[in-house]
Amino acid sequence: MANNQAKKGVVIDYDAIANQESFKSLVRRKNSFLWSITAIFLMAYMLLPILTSYTTILHQKAFGEITFVWIYSAGLFIMTWGLCHLYVAKANNFDREAKAIIAEYENGGGRR
Amino acid sequence: MSNGMSFTAIFFFVAIVGLTLVITWWASKRTSSASDFYTAGGGLTGWQNGLAIAGDYLSAASFLGIAGAVALFGFDGFFFSIGYLVAYLVVLYIVAEPLRNLGKFTLADMITARFNNSKVRGTAALSTITIVLFYMIAQLVGAGALIQLLLGIDYWIAVLIVGFMMTTYVLFGGMTATSWVQIIKACLLMIGTVIISFLVLKEFGFSIATMFKEMTTATESGAAYLNPGLKYTNGLDTISMLIALVLGTAGLPHILMRFFTVKDAKTARSSVIWATWIVGIFYVLTIFLGFGAAAFVGKEDIIAANAAGNMAAPLLAEALGGDILFSFVCAVAFATILAVVAGLVLSGASALSHDIYGQIIKKGKITEKEQVLAARIGSITIAVISILLALGAQTLNVAFLVSLAFCIAGSANLPVIIYTIYWKRFNTAGAVTAMLTGLISALVLVAMSPNVWNPIEGKAIFVGEPLIFLTNPALISVPLGFLGGFIGTLLSKETDDAKYREVDVKANTGISVQDVSH
Repeated sequence: MANNQAKKGVVIDYDAIANQESFKSLVRRKNSFLWSITAIFLMAYMLLPILTSYTTILHQKAFGEITFVWIYSAGLFIMTWGLCHLYVAKANNFDREAKAIIAEYENGGGRR
Repeated sequence: MSNGMSFTAIFFFVAIVGLTLVITWWASKRTSSASDFYTAGGGLTGWQNGLAIAGDYLSAASFLGIAGAVALFGFDGFFFSIGYLVAYLVVLYIVAEPLRNLGKFTLADMITARFNNSKVRGTAALSTITIVLFYMIAQLVGAGALIQLLLGIDYWIAVLIVGFMMTTYVLFGGMTATSWVQIIKACLLMIGTVIISFLVLKEFGFSIATMFKEMTTATESGAAYLNPGLKYTNGLDTISMLIALVLGTAGLPHILMRFFTVKDAKTARSSVIWATWIVGIFYVLTIFLGFGAAAFVGKEDIIAANAAGNMAAPLLAEALGGDILFSFVCAVAFATILAVVAGLVLSGASALSHDIYGQIIKKGKITEKEQVLAARIGSITIAVISILLALGAQTLNVAFLVSLAFCIAGSANLPVIIYTIYWKRFNTAGAVTAMLTGLISALVLVAMSPNVWNPIEGKAIFVGEPLIFLTNPALISVPLGFLGGFIGTLLSKETDDAKYREVDVKANTGISVQDVSH
C-alpha cells in the first residue's frame, strides 16, 4: 500500500516492544484466552462423533420424535455464534491494549 | 424433471452471466495494481467481505452435496453442516488475525514473514496449488455434470462455459470482480434456500415437531433416519472425517485469502461475524432441504437423477415450486460454482505468480506492472490446467477430491501456520518438513483409501482392496504434519529469537510503520 512506502525510513525496534511488561502480559492473557476457548469448542465438537459412534445416549428421543443428537447439534450452532461474538468483544479490548502498548513504545518504553 | 432447456432456465442463466460480466467490466476499471488484483486493494467493508466469505465458502458441495446427503442419509449428512460451521471458530480464534497482520497476499507471505527463505515459500506455494487444483477439479467436474443435466448440453461444453466465465472474472476484474460475484451468489443462494425451506415448512404445517414426526415414516429407514449411523458406521472413520472438516478449513488458501481484502483486523472481525451468521443460517436450512427432498422427491428419484444425491435440492424446488423455482435454483447452483472456482483461480494464481514467479524467481525485484501481468498469466495457467484435468476426469468419481483438499489443508497448512505464530523454537527446516510431511502423508494415505480402491468395479478409481479403512485420513495425516514440523525443527540447530519477537509483536499488535512516528 502506498502509505507503507511513504514511510520506509522508519525502523521499528521490535525487541523494545517485546520487552515491555504490558506487551508480555497482553500476549500471555490473549493466548490463554484463545487456546482455552479453542480447546473447549474442539472438545465439544469432537464429543459429538464419539458419543454417536460409541454410545446411544444421543439416539434417545428428547421432544416428540426429535432425538438428542439434534439438540446437541443445535447447541454446537449456538456455541459457534456465541463464541464468535465473544471473540469480537474480547479482540476489541485487546486492540485497545495494543494501541496503548504502541503509545508506550513511542514514549520510549521497553528500550534498555 | 424438465428435459433440456426451458425458457425460464435460459433466462436465469443468461441473467447471471450478464450481471456478472457487467460487474467484471466495472471491476476491471478498478484493477490496476497487484494489490487491487489479489486483494481488491484491501477496500472491502465488513459486510461486503462477510458476504463474500460466505459466497466463497458455500460451495456446490455445501448446497447440492449436503442437501443430497441429508436427503439420503438423514443425520449423517448433517455432520458436514456442523463440521463446516464449527471450522469457522478455528479460523477466527487461531488463524485469521495473525495471518492478516503478517501476510500480504498469500499464506506463503505470512510464513515467510518469519522465515525469509525460498524453500519455505516454494513449499507453501506447492501445497496451495495442490489444494486449489484438487478442489477445482471436483468443482468443475460437478459443474459440468450439473449443467449437462440442466441444459442438456455436452459435458465438455459445460466445463468450457464455466472455465471461460471464471477466467474472465479473474483475468479482468481480479479480486474485486471475484468478491462481487461471491456477494451476489451468497444473496441468491440465501434467497433460494429460504424460499425452499419456507415451502417445506409449509408442507409440514409450519411445525418442526410435525416435520420430525413425519420424517420417521417418510423414508425406508424409518425412525433410524433421524439418528446417526445410516452412512457412517465406523467410529474412527467418522471422527477422522470430522477432524478434516474442522481443521482443514483453517488451511484452505481461498478462504484465508479473503482476510487480506479488508483494511484492518477490526473489519476482518466484523466480516467474520457476518459470515458466521449467514453460513450458520444456511447450514440450519440444509435440514429443511434434505428432509424436504427425502419426503417430497423420494430417495429413488434423487438417486436416479444423480447417484451422489447432488440433484436433491433442484428436484425439491421443482416438486414444491414448479418450473420457475427449479430454474431459479439451478441458476443459483451455477452461480455458486462460478463464485467458488473464481476464488480458487485467484488463490492458485497468487501462489504461482506472486510466490513462485515474483518472489522466488524474480526475488521480489518486479515492477507493479509486471506483477499484474504475471498475475493475469498465472490465472490463465491455473484455469487452463484445471479445465484440462476436469475434461479428462469426467468419468472418475471425484467427489472425494474435496475431502482430500480439506485433508491436505489441515495436514500441510494448519500445522505450519500454528507453529509460525505460536512456537518460538520453530525454524526453517521445521516449516519445510511440516508442510511436506502433511502434504505427502495426506496424498499417500488417500491413495490407499477406499475412495481410490474398491473391490466392486465403478465404486472407486481402481478395483481392489483399500489398504486403510479411513475414507478421510485426517486422523493420521494431521498429527503427522504436526509431528513432521516438530522433528524437523529439533533436527536443525537454527533458531532466531529476535525474528520471533518481531513476528510476535506484529501478530499481536498489528503494528506497521504507519503506526509509529519515530
